[in-house]
Amino acid sequence: MTINPGSFINEAVKSIPPSGIRKFFDLVSQTEGVISLGVGEPDFVTPWHIREACYYSLEKGFTMYTSNYGMPELRKAISVYLQKYALEYNPLDEILITVGVSEGVDLALRALTSPGDEILIPDPSYVSYAPGAILAGGTPIPLSTYEKDEFKLTPEELEHKITSKSKVLILTFPNNPTGAIMTKEDLEKIAQLVEKYNLVVISDEIYSELTYEGKHYSFAALPGMWERTITLNGFSKAFAMTGWRIGYAAAPKEIISAMMKIHQFSILCAPIMGQKAALEALINGESEMKKMVHSFNQRRNLIVNGLRELGLDCFEPKGSFYAFPSIKKTGMTSEEFAEKLLLEEKVAVVPGNAFGESGEGFIRCCYAASVGNINEALERMGRFLNRL
Amino acid sequence: MRDLQKEILELLEKDSRLSKTQLAKMLNVTPEEVEQIIFELEQDNVILKYHTVINWEKQACPRVTALIEVNITPQREVGFDKIAERIYRFPQVKSVYLMSGSYDLCVIIEGETMHDISFFVAEKLAPLEHVNGTKTHFVMKRYKEDGVIFSGEEKDKRLVVSP
Repeated sequence: MTINPGSFINEAVKSIPPSGIRKFFDLVSQTEGVISLGVGEPDFVTPWHIREACYYSLEKGFTMYTSNYGMPELRKAISVYLQKYALEYNPLDEILITVGVSEGVDLALRALTSPGDEILIPDPSYVSYAPGAILAGGTPIPLSTYEKDEFKLTPEELEHKITSKSKVLILTFPNNPTGAIMTKEDLEKIAQLVEKYNLVVISDEIYSELTYEGKHYSFAALPGMWERTITLNGFSKAFAMTGWRIGYAAAPKEIISAMMKIHQFSILCAPIMGQKAALEALINGESEMKKMVHSFNQRRNLIVNGLRELGLDCFEPKGSFYAFPSIKKTGMTSEEFAEKLLLEEKVAVVPGNAFGESGEGFIRCCYAASVGNINEALERMGRFLNRL
Repeated sequence: MRDLQKEILELLEKDSRLSKTQLAKMLNVTPEEVEQIIFELEQDNVILKYHTVINWEKQACPRVTALIEVNITPQREVGFDKIAERIYRFPQVKSVYLMSGSYDLCVIIEGETMHDISFFVAEKLAPLEHVNGTKTHFVMKRYKEDGVIFSGEEKDKRLVVSP
């Protein structure tokens, strides 16, 4: 009898389509001499003092498990850090260190979702939320965002998609891939609906430090929202620490203890080396982090001005490190455009539809690249567009 | 309040070849504004020179660098400045700093051979009036200069595409 190993796979996993980014990654990897604006991480290496602190911790023999919640000193430092967003969490039982925000998203979704619950997710957005919702037994419901609204989530769209099954709203601002941010006023309108329909919110604020206009506002800081919000954040983007995989969740203790249950049995604890490094980042990392943000801002201006000079409509991204120009006037789909640009001019960008249907007609250009590479990429895109 | 002068200086300090249009795009201002600011900075001697960091060792053009500690007697009215000037006027002197601590002037000098440098110290520097003593330290290897690591920048190790 022939055995098909694939037949053993569970139905939920089977139902998740393969990642659009993965497909594109394979294509780019096979091409030589590519300038990539397709990455989703800073171009800085983790600041030296942070790497050095990790060496030191290894020298000192810090190679053991930590508390399931994470190192107490780190949780304490995070609770102090979060005060800058007017958030108060008890480091004892309201903060959980996770393996990147990715784990935080998974824990939050699994802790909150019962079978059949609908999970409301802004679209386009980072690729993990919808699969995470499915794996948790829920149904992902996309909330379209549009360029005309600066890719903000509008209360109209939210209310339109709410049903009796709606349970969780995911907020993900500053947004990957659009660069959209939500101001306090924008969030207040969302909060009214959250209250009205008794939703719980997962607010992924990993790009909070990368806000170039005004100051980031945390959803949980709004009156009445603390009790119904899980705030997720981490070290990857602001401190250039993607590979360390350290994030955290902050929420009321009833919710954190539920997430902890899953975390302790699946992960046990985040790696201690990363936690030691993260602690150094919080204690001594602010000035270097500010410099990196400043540098991203200069490159943001460069790429937005550059794309507009090429004649592309490019909404002004006010957060994260992505520009999200429209390529609709070329008549191509996002995938066609990205593929042709890669093959003809060797510039890698990510097709917007990889982040959801509303991303169709756009491409994500990451400007965490050197000024030289951004210039070269713009020049190549210019040549490409002229030929069309 | 935005300090455009400072932003321009910081960018040029890292890469003096950035053009005015480039700077304008990065700072979201007009090229004319950038031009005016740079003009003023040059007029005021804030921007003194645009120079290039070179690894001469790779060009097989031997250059010897030494750091010389100089002890001097300050003079009435002019203090250290007059004697510092007599030293910095020599073209082979790259830098001169007045230091706190156990010596007064730190002189950095460059020559083609060790002989050039010992000749300079013995014939020109040490005999100067008010110079009480010198200590010469030769540079053996350059690791980093003006913020540039000589072994080259680390390559981009990131995945070419990631979510």
